[in-house]
Amino acid sequence: MNVVAEVIVTALLLLGAGFVLIGSWGLVRLPTTMERLHGPTKATTLGLGALLLASVTCFYARFGMGTAHELLISLFLFITAPISANMIAKVHLHRVRIGAIAEPDSIAGAPPRPSDDADWATFEAPRRHTPSSTANT
Amino acid sequence: MRYLLPHPALSAMLLIVWVLMANTVSAGVVVMGALFAVVLPKFTQPFWPDRPRMRFGRTLLSYLAIVLFDIVVANFQVAWLILFRRNRDLRAHWLVVPIDLTTPEAITMLAGTISLTPGTVSSDVSADGRHLLVHALDVADPAREIARIKTRYEARLQRVFA
Repeated sequence: MNVVAEVIVTALLLLGAGFVLIGSWGLVRLPTTMERLHGPTKATTLGLGALLLASVTCFYARFGMGTAHELLISLFLFITAPISANMIAKVHLHRVRIGAIAEPDSIAGAPPRPSDDADWATFEAPRRHTPSSTANT
Repeated sequence: MRYLLPHPALSAMLLIVWVLMANTVSAGVVVMGALFAVVLPKFTQPFWPDRPRMRFGRTLLSYLAIVLFDIVVANFQVAWLILFRRNRDLRAHWLVVPIDLTTPEAITMLAGTISLTPGTVSSDVSADGRHLLVHALDVADPAREIARIKTRYEARLQRVFA
């Protein structure tokens, strides 16, 4: 591996590790569950992206082969990160509403109602023949 | 053709992902991938009864480019907030975003985009599917943030799912 490639790989590894560390630190220090979600959904995506780029560069420079697995990993990450964040948020809102935990919804307070005639789908079953229902047919 | 490939986009996606998984482009891999690309959409046809039409091409590509750029920016912003902002100075807000998109697929894409981009996590959809609940970590003006989401992402998605 030549020097240029080594420098690039090292820089990417440090950047990636730094962002993953910051994301985890956010998980520890932010005040409530809703704020904590921001750390892992964002700061870690770039961290992992940089680590995967480092892996691609390293394999290319060392063995002269292109690998595509990293591309797939980031694709799956982009699909799973928002979904797991959404699930955690819904569970959290629900636990607060039924009084299972004393922690507040967020430092922003309780979520406002969307409109007068409908509540959020966590608290009320999605209505049929609307985009939030999957049982339309 | 319609009969053989009822969902061309899904077929293409399956073939590409299969080749990427194998990590080599050889005849055997491509044949196996092509087999999956034909068989799986046929078997899963009942799962997507009224799927929306999507425009692949310039509209989708420019949307993905913008989202990718925003993800990088979002990472630096959130990292900055985590490192240097005290908890009591965080201006966290709940945003209720009215949505004009009408298909579950498009709304899912919007919600995913919101979760990956600057300081916002989408938390819930309303029971009538007309509002998204978004949690923002630090915004000065909630109304402007809602307008930004609508013009930057939703308007573009409306063109993709036209």
